[in-house]
Amino acid sequence: MHVPTKLLDDPADAVTDALRGLAAVHPELTVDLEHHVVSRNHDHHGDHRPGKVGLVSGGGSGHEPLHAGFVGLGMLDAAACGAVFTSPVPDQVLAATTAASSGGGVVHVVKNYTGDVLNFQMAADLADDEDIAVETVLVDDDVAVTDSLYTAGRRGTGGTLFVEKVLGAAAEQGTALAELAALGRDVVARSRSFGVALSPCITPGSDRPGFDLEPGEMELGIGIHGEPGRRRVPVPATGVAREVARTSVAAIAEDMPLDGEDLLLLVNGMGGTPLLELQVLAGDVVAELTGRGARIARALVGNHVTSLEMAGSMVSVCRATPQLLQLWDAPVRTPALRWGA
Amino acid sequence: MNPALTAAGAREWLQRFATAVDEHAAELTDLDRPIGDSDHGVNLQRGTRAVLAALEAADPPTPGAALTKAGSTLVSTVGGASGPLFGTLLRRTGKALGDSGSVDGAALATGLRAGLDAVVALGGAQVGDATLVDALAPAVEALEAGGSAAEAAEAAERGAASTDDLVARKGRASYLGDRGTGHRDPGAVSIALLFAALAGSGAGEGS
Repeated sequence: MHVPTKLLDDPADAVTDALRGLAAVHPELTVDLEHHVVSRNHDHHGDHRPGKVGLVSGGGSGHEPLHAGFVGLGMLDAAACGAVFTSPVPDQVLAATTAASSGGGVVHVVKNYTGDVLNFQMAADLADDEDIAVETVLVDDDVAVTDSLYTAGRRGTGGTLFVEKVLGAAAEQGTALAELAALGRDVVARSRSFGVALSPCITPGSDRPGFDLEPGEMELGIGIHGEPGRRRVPVPATGVAREVARTSVAAIAEDMPLDGEDLLLLVNGMGGTPLLELQVLAGDVVAELTGRGARIARALVGNHVTSLEMAGSMVSVCRATPQLLQLWDAPVRTPALRWGA
Repeated sequence: MNPALTAAGAREWLQRFATAVDEHAAELTDLDRPIGDSDHGVNLQRGTRAVLAALEAADPPTPGAALTKAGSTLVSTVGGASGPLFGTLLRRTGKALGDSGSVDGAALATGLRAGLDAVVALGGAQVGDATLVDALAPAVEALEAGGSAAEAAEAAERGAASTDDLVARKGRASYLGDRGTGHRDPGAVSIALLFAALAGSGAGEGS
């Protein structure tokens, strides 16, 4: 098949070169090109506070702006960037943990994939050897995977953004380690996501996509690594966005009651879908949600948790509380998300 | 005939494994495509190349030290689930071998059993879950029964083939449910390569 040209210098150096570019345009961030770790440059901000709980996340690259694009005031203190779609190794996570540590302990926000879980667990053990207390918040918001003894459990997807924003704000406000981790687990419990792919993605250096979609097909229940989803269905002749909205919201509602809830809503693009289309989808998703008795308290539309150039969407919701809304509204200043600061 | 392993033998084993991973990298990645995210071959290759460089630099004096070094290098370079799992297997096997300059087949079997136990403790997979454990467990059992490295390699190969018809219960392939059957687990295939490399290294010609 025809492989579209990628805007790279050398596919083998894609992650390093991307981080070098991030450093070039964001002097307020410290970029460790050896470990592929992005962290807040406290000297630049002048906002270093001893005792603040550090917030660290990370994972495979290819999900930009997640996670490095969410490093900054009011969100992550450091992010460890693995190879494309491959979790970082323990040394990288330890380097991020050390960079984020100010004496108050560190929370690891980990998307629930076997590789991420194992490498962050090993890094937490290494951090313990250096007397850095680590609490882990495991994000598993994807309703497409049945959580049972027979799977690795639900995947961490779009809901990760809710966790990183809310915990980042709470950490700035001085929330202590155990309380911050408990808050993170509560946000996870309140969050659900469902993704749909209209086209697959190709990892740099590869000559084929992770799965093939015939014209007129879409893949339901996808993750964020270009892996196949749960089900493949025909694309409807008209009303594609309406059908994707209906399917996504129905899958979420089947898992978590939405009636009467105030929602944080993320209408997320997978990387290859224009904002115009995401806005169409957002209208349809809001109609589906309000039709089920939910209220939209806050909404974000755009490519935030992506899968390279995959076309498609992910709908993520979090059942909000007044406290969560206050933390959501708190100032944030990162490359990819900024308001109030 | 039981395998026996010296430091040089361990180096040759790992060298042969690295060569096999190089030769099969594309195949391993293709196996990963329908059930994972198409990167097992390239990730493992990054690790085995780093292992060769690390062994060259460290020149470990014993087979145990060589395997321990190889394991910690895999943990530090591979990422994903394969890094911790393959790395832990070699590291814990190496540590169990202790500091003797040459280990016989029984000691190697005992060491690999410690490695297998550590992999199971870390990843939680059992035989039948369509993971690398399906190839590793029968290979270790073959050595424990006094079999040769070649017999262990055959057992690993059969174990890898057995994942064709299994529903994955661990790792990324488990997200597919029944859609994952009919595919061979790439991690299990890599384990089969590891034991084929052991057999090819001449470890079976010793004691």
